[in-house]
Amino acid sequence: MTQPLTQADIDRELREAPAGPPSGHPDRDFAPYRSSVLRHPKQPLISVKDPDAAELSGPVFGVTDVTALDADLTRQHPGEPLGERITVQGRVLDRDGRPVRGQLVEVWQANASGRYRHQRDDHPAPLDPNFTGVGRCLTDDEGRYAFTTIKPGAYPWRNHVNAWRPAHIHFSLFGAAFTQRLVTQMYFPGDPLFPYDPILNSVTDERARQRLVAAYAHELSQPEWSLGYRWDIVLDGPAATWMEEGR
Amino acid sequence: MNPTPSQTVGPFYGYALPFPGGGDLAAPADPAGITVHGYVHDGAGDPVPDALLEFWQADASGELRGAPGTLRRDLVDGSVIGRHGVDFTGFGRVATDADGRWTLRTVMPGNGYISVCVFARGLLHHLFTRIYFGQDPFLDTVPPQRRHTLMAVREREGVHRFDIHLQGEKETVFFDFG
Ligand SMILES: [Fe+2]
Repeated sequence: MTQPLTQADIDRELREAPAGPPSGHPDRDFAPYRSSVLRHPKQPLISVKDPDAAELSGPVFGVTDVTALDADLTRQHPGEPLGERITVQGRVLDRDGRPVRGQLVEVWQANASGRYRHQRDDHPAPLDPNFTGVGRCLTDDEGRYAFTTIKPGAYPWRNHVNAWRPAHIHFSLFGAAFTQRLVTQMYFPGDPLFPYDPILNSVTDERARQRLVAAYAHELSQPEWSLGYRWDIVLDGPAATWMEEGR
Repeated sequence: MNPTPSQTVGPFYGYALPFPGGGDLAAPADPAGITVHGYVHDGAGDPVPDALLEFWQADASGELRGAPGTLRRDLVDGSVIGRHGVDFTGFGRVATDADGRWTLRTVMPGNGYISVCVFARGLLHHLFTRIYFGQDPFLDTVPPQRRHTLMAVREREGVHRFDIHLQGEKETVFFDFG
């Protein structure tokens, strides 16, 4: 019999974890997040430097791929969802700081009680009949995106005893190239659960971790309506346009 | 600029990211259509029932132009009505099923390979691999003993098998594009 893992065990592992790669991305081999143990490659990645690689281009999306309502997660049902109404907005940029235009941004999240509308989420918190928790939009010519939603709740998971995820919104992003693909999570400032969470702390560099945390932006709050958060996203990876300019 | 770090797709993307027809790049009646299918396995050899695979590929002539309309929406109720099958969008998205299995219906890419991006619960940063359907000069740059992990096995006319091993003796070759 192995002893159940405690938060103290995870805290110790987090303190002793080696620094991740300089990019700021998590090392895929990050044992404090137990599900990673059997799901990361042990062989080194093979470097591809082919200017004709298909991955330097990528899928394109257009107005037919979204509807206007998709970006407002509070208007997808007959009634208003429970919770604190918020807007989350920002820009999607490439690593040269140029806007990523007309690309698909997808989000999904738990409801205000910390429950996902997913059959396998068995957290005994209520579902909200007026909240699905899925949104999508296209970035505009400045790379801007915006969602209206409710602030998700924290939720428990079974990584170790008494493990809780800080409140977060899952984001999926496309750039001009498949190499720029990004799936990540946005967190809320000042969450007391940050130090306990092995997923957030898989990003071992403090400054890189801060790039996952939105800023409360009072100028984006709307009187008697919603609280505003700003979160800018920078996609990694080369793109064909970058290759052309580099020639 | 410093990139935004990756985080795992987690276990609960299933009602958000997959969409009807996500694995059907080819129109059902396309006589040039092929089926590519396989499993995703973890380092213990167990199937991964909560992986999400994305595919990006050239059309049959080798052109990488893509087209919008992969998840075309009904303007009345917002539901996905999907591709109309005339333009080739080049993009597919398939979640593995309870057996860790996925299936893609597409056309043979004119440039020889389909690009694959792998997401999964437990995977903190996605992985890229490629599906090749025959010999290719690129494969010479891969260690010979691992080359076969990038090659689909032809099962019968129009049906190709490609398994992905995230770890272990059969570990698939994954790429870094820098
Ligand atoms: Fe989550």
